[in-house]
Amino acid sequence: MAKIIVVTSGKGGVGKTTSSAAIGTGLALKGYKTAIIDFDIGLRNLDLIMGCERRVVYDFVNVINGEANLNQALIKDKRVEKLFILPASQTRDKDALTREGVERVLNELKDKFDFIICDSPAGIEAGAMMALYFADEAIVTTNPEVSSVRDSDRILGILQSKSKRAEDGLEPVKEHLLLTRYNPSRVAAGEMLSVEDVQEILAIDLLGVIPESTAVLNASNSGQPVVLDGESDAGQAYNDAINRLLGEIVDFRFLNVEKKGILKRIFGG
Amino acid sequence: MSLLDYFRSEKKSSASLAKERLQIIVAHERSKRGTPDYLPQLKQDILDVIRKYVKVDSDAVNVQFEQNEDDLAVLELNVTLPDDDRESK
Repeated sequence: MAKIIVVTSGKGGVGKTTSSAAIGTGLALKGYKTAIIDFDIGLRNLDLIMGCERRVVYDFVNVINGEANLNQALIKDKRVEKLFILPASQTRDKDALTREGVERVLNELKDKFDFIICDSPAGIEAGAMMALYFADEAIVTTNPEVSSVRDSDRILGILQSKSKRAEDGLEPVKEHLLLTRYNPSRVAAGEMLSVEDVQEILAIDLLGVIPESTAVLNASNSGQPVVLDGESDAGQAYNDAINRLLGEIVDFRFLNVEKKGILKRIFGG
Repeated sequence: MSLLDYFRSEKKSSASLAKERLQIIVAHERSKRGTPDYLPQLKQDILDVIRKYVKVDSDAVNVQFEQNEDDLAVLELNVTLPDDDRESK
């Protein structure tokens, strides 16, 4: 029985799709059969980040409408075994996702997968509500910046009142904080909220801190989830976050300004 | 500002300002969480009814919604009537 995890944030551009791709890929690398679903109907982008944009034939809405079955729409990743992507539709029809339709697709996936990652659109409109409704756990992606933190708090309120678990009176959705685009030198200079600051305000468990990194743009440029770049700081930070998601206790890295060695100072790097 | 002041006054970092502002707004928004969406409209309607009879300011009506743990919601309504103007318009 699969665990359904929503990657959400409220605010746009904080790294939801990057994180969905990285975490989904990382879980599959560890041997868990994983599906990543793009809930951003009309603004499909997960396919680009995953590098499978030219292999999209059928999409999520086709499956809901019965125009294709799940096996036809799921794109099997060519790099990582056990990894599948369900792309969003490019339709402009706002009501394309029905609750019954989404539930049917998720139930069908649940039997075959270990993890289902729901990549939420920004905002609190129907698509975002649908992405979080069936979730067992939520990864709240946040930048250390005022509007992102405020929107994350708003999303936490919605998870606590509007999710299926809340409506059915079940155990609440497990909330995790994923702090992205973290810049330790700006934090040290007092120009950016620190991990501790954000944690104190949002008061949820910290899953990971992803440093602001050139590796992230390089990864999306080439359609390779950043976790596949095991040399990079961001890739390693995502890998740590995935291990924590699986219940391991992992020390936090990349929180402090890296001290440059004398050779690096002279020769750069 | 003298040179001495420059060293004495510890300039508040923008990050700590951000944290302070966030703590206030988040606490405020959390207190409103769980109240029904119709509350502002309800307040306006009540105010309109009262205004048919008494001249009151818009801030004279205070509507509080409280959700207790055991499925009991209390709607508390507080209207401050002016002293001198109790006769109908």
